[in-house]
Amino acid sequence: MADNHEHGAVGHIVPIKMLVGICAVLLFLTALTVWVSKLNFDTVNIGEANILIAMGVATVKATLVCLIFMHLKWDRPFISFFFLASVLFVLLFVSFALMDTHANAPAIIPGNSTVIQQKLDALDASAQAAHASGEVSDGQAAHGDHAEDAPAHDAAAH
Amino acid sequence: MYGQAKEHDHDHDHPDFLGHHWESPTQQFEAGKFGMWLFLTTEVLLFGGLFCAYTVWRSNHPELFRYGSQFLDTFWGATNTAVLLISSMTMAMAVTYAARGKTKAVIICLLLTLMGAAGFMAIKYVEYNHKFHEGFYPGLAFYEEPNASHLWQPLDETAVAHLAHDKTMDMDESNLLHAEALVRAELPEAPAEAVTWNKAVAGPGPGGLTTSHEQEQLAEFTAFLPEAFLGDNEDIAGELEFADGHAPGEAPHMAHPLQDPVRPVNAQKFFTIYFMMTGLHGIHVVLGGFMIIWLLYRTIRGEFSREYYTPIDLGGLYWHVVDLIWIFLFPLFYLI
Repeated sequence: MADNHEHGAVGHIVPIKMLVGICAVLLFLTALTVWVSKLNFDTVNIGEANILIAMGVATVKATLVCLIFMHLKWDRPFISFFFLASVLFVLLFVSFALMDTHANAPAIIPGNSTVIQQKLDALDASAQAAHASGEVSDGQAAHGDHAEDAPAHDAAAH
Repeated sequence: MYGQAKEHDHDHDHPDFLGHHWESPTQQFEAGKFGMWLFLTTEVLLFGGLFCAYTVWRSNHPELFRYGSQFLDTFWGATNTAVLLISSMTMAMAVTYAARGKTKAVIICLLLTLMGAAGFMAIKYVEYNHKFHEGFYPGLAFYEEPNASHLWQPLDETAVAHLAHDKTMDMDESNLLHAEALVRAELPEAPAEAVTWNKAVAGPGPGGLTTSHEQEQLAEFTAFLPEAFLGDNEDIAGELEFADGHAPGEAPHMAHPLQDPVRPVNAQKFFTIYFMMTGLHGIHVVLGGFMIIWLLYRTIRGEFSREYYTPIDLGGLYWHVVDLIWIFLFPLFYLI
């Protein structure tokens, strides 16, 4: 490249000081997002703005990594264009998927899927059987150690 | 003049590292770099599919993510972010030193980067192990019979039911989670209730729960909750802080989601997408670790010079993309 700062180098050389500085900024931004996310229940309830702030800060961090650590600032613009195009296509992908899922949202069947419901029913049956047989064990011999921890089931109370 | 390569029986001379279809080291370097960036765009598209799944799931069911996220430890997530950021910096330093021909500094920087990769995976191992130990599996396995029952406390579900049905409190579902945490903290000796697994709440807000005679016991407890949310009561504010700062899976009085009356339906979906995205990212970290070992080997053998350090530069690009993806994964999972 034409803008080499050091004679004879193949690519642009990023000074060490700049790398350390950028890393410090990245760490600061990380601490910032964590702090902002903790605001929710302490002082201010910023609610859904949290995700926007978090993603905004993440985008700034990603841009810094790309520009400095990955040398995009000094590379041919074509490479940046290429990389941004892939991000753009991911955004298109997500946007169209969101449009589709929101258009069909009312048709989504509420509740658990059949397979999961079967699992839950089996767990209930197992707990009831354990109670009915007077054993506090959950029915599996391997779990006999925790017998005293397994809560007893009292169906009559409900 | 560079040393003549014996395998090249041509009538021209060029450095060993320069393929003879290139005009100059710079041209070769730029072409290789572009090839690497092509690969990196496919990486973005690969993770793009999972980011799409995440967005669609979260957009349809935000309560799953608000609920599941509190079982992740923000401290370890932030630590891992710092580890990756610093290892990204040392990788970039390795590239700088390689371009200046300082081999020893390159080796030190690569070793530091390798330690970053190992440290990241070690922390991830601890986190995963913790989740598996408590039964937070992805997909259907989430509903297997729990075997870590010693970690669980039976919950007085009527207490939470009372909170859930108290319309005057006007709580959103995330406040409900904290109210629930308060109930657990207040009633550690809750009577052994029925083990009923089919009690998940569909969508945000309460549902499917019944109140009972134990309401009175809890009436005074719940009466001051709205003020507590406004931060007027210092004691309760402290308790809220406790509930906020501790992953429920870690606090001894917190139950597994399966025993949880306010567990949203399909709570397993959060852990499914969590394990898929961080798992794919973890695979990239492991592969990056092997790549750094390979770079170290070649550096120690003295294969690189000021004129030729392309593998270090391109390996660095890959490592930065791994960092880049984690920069987005961290807030998406840990900071909800």
